Amino acid sequence: MNLVSHTGIVFVREMRPGLRNPLGLVFQMAEPLVFLVLFGPLLAVMPSVGDGSTWQWFVPGIVVMLSLFGASGAGYLMLTEASAGTLERLLATPLRRTAILAGRTGKEVATLLVQALLIVLATLPVGFDPHPLGALVGLLLLAVFGVGLGSLSISLALAMRDQPSTFYGIQQGLLFPLLLLSGVLLPMDFAPDWLHTASRFNPLTYLVEAERALFAGDLAHPSVLWAALTAVAVAVVGLAVGARTMRRASC
Amino acid sequence: MIHARQLARTFQVKGERVEAVRGIDLDVEPGELVAFLGPNGAGKSTSLRMLTTLLPPTSGTALVAGHDVTHEGARVRQRIGYIGQGSGSGEYMLPRDELMTQCRAYGLSRTEAVRRTGELMAMLDLESLATRPAGTLSGGQRRRLDIALGMVHRPALLFLDEPSTGLDPQNRAHLWEHILRLRRESGTTLFLTTHYLDEADAMAERVIIVDRGAIVADDTAENLKAQLAGDLITLTLADTDHAGTAAAIASRMPSVSEATVDGTTVRVRATWGVAVLPEYLRALDTSAAPALTAEVRTPTLDDVFLALTGRRLRDGDAPEE
Repeated sequence: MNLVSHTGIVFVREMRPGLRNPLGLVFQMAEPLVFLVLFGPLLAVMPSVGDGSTWQWFVPGIVVMLSLFGASGAGYLMLTEASAGTLERLLATPLRRTAILAGRTGKEVATLLVQALLIVLATLPVGFDPHPLGALVGLLLLAVFGVGLGSLSISLALAMRDQPSTFYGIQQGLLFPLLLLSGVLLPMDFAPDWLHTASRFNPLTYLVEAERALFAGDLAHPSVLWAALTAVAVAVVGLAVGARTMRRASC
Repeated sequence: MIHARQLARTFQVKGERVEAVRGIDLDVEPGELVAFLGPNGAGKSTSLRMLTTLLPPTSGTALVAGHDVTHEGARVRQRIGYIGQGSGSGEYMLPRDELMTQCRAYGLSRTEAVRRTGELMAMLDLESLATRPAGTLSGGQRRRLDIALGMVHRPALLFLDEPSTGLDPQNRAHLWEHILRLRRESGTTLFLTTHYLDEADAMAERVIIVDRGAIVADDTAENLKAQLAGDLITLTLADTDHAGTAAAIASRMPSVSEATVDGTTVRVRATWGVAVLPEYLRALDTSAAPALTAEVRTPTLDDVFLALTGRRLRDGDAPEE
């Protein structure tokens, strides 16, 4: 059997609980939903956050936030399974090590795409108007980024399997600074110089800008190229680190 | 089935070199039931992990089910089953789904997987639990699921790491029923680690005692007890003079290996104590140092361990890391 069929086996295993309990999908996206419902309306009454409607500006960012929270938490389940002994059981089967990682990451990306679609659909009635092709490219970009971030999170979980609290510490410690620095919630154009400069070093900033351009139908916007490069770079690094960690995963 | 030569593993713990397993040689033939017995931290689990390809050896070689653990890991894994200390099933997963995944992981087709999953659920009384998340099962139920997961592909060799740790006596007995039935029905070679003395004694045909990363004894439990420990005869006598006489008489008897005095009590180690005792009592009567009470106790594997290492192997400890 090859890597693809092994990845498929792991992917199906990971997907089953979610398919059996689809409502769980909504609970997993709690943070982005809270921001959408409790923060979005506040933005709507604020002056000038970009051109056009607030939702047009805000929803693409929330979709990026979704991928950040979802994919960075991918390691959580790996951590649980590693400490329980479930990972060990899978490692003792003929499954390829990399397939165990790829199947899990695949599930994170699939979940992410479904959740992003849900958010887009839910905001259509309040005036969000996505460009179909742009949205498609935007979701693709998100998926590539999710592969990288998911792999990194799983690798971190594997490396920290003996001290789970370190995993949570690192994950939570990075999550909010990255989020706030990316301009998801408020435009970075208003930021003081130092903060603005800091945000330019955040890969997420480019992704957020690109998603806004893409959902508006501006496929040729320069940020799209930068975001594509960033997403591919994160994916390549994530997969390389992940594959290496998995191959060395001895219990 | 298993041929290990000078298999060793060292770990770096806080800058210090820890030799968990110090070059063990091991040969297990098809159909054997072998127990690896030793105290916590003796290197049992580390050895098992090397034999199941979960941990690369630092040095030495091991052929398991005909393949080299270092260079042909995937081939070894295809041929063996492994039931670890923890729970193999995912918290949120349904037992039936986990069994299906496991079947597919070992290369069974979808139809074969469905059939085998049904078969195993019936065999291990899991049918009524098939659609309950594994996290909600009891310890015994979850262990049965682990056993099922370990044998989906009918391995010729099955490794079990501390299979009965944490189970109550009734569940332990049930677990063993399942394991022994599996062996009867398919001739599986079983290799398990345990720190339960009675378990190794009652179930295994061959006991390998490990201590500080090395094999210190390897034989049937009966031979180990007969050769290394011997029966313990305990006498009480009227006074310390009599006790001294009794000990002196015992040490002149050919099958006695050791005689010690403690106040009015005499302890005598002898092979086949039940035969030694009548003769011994007659000798004491003729020497006018008659015994007031007499007892013969057959040795346990704990006595064997004590004889080998000078330490006791306490039962019921927490499982090793």
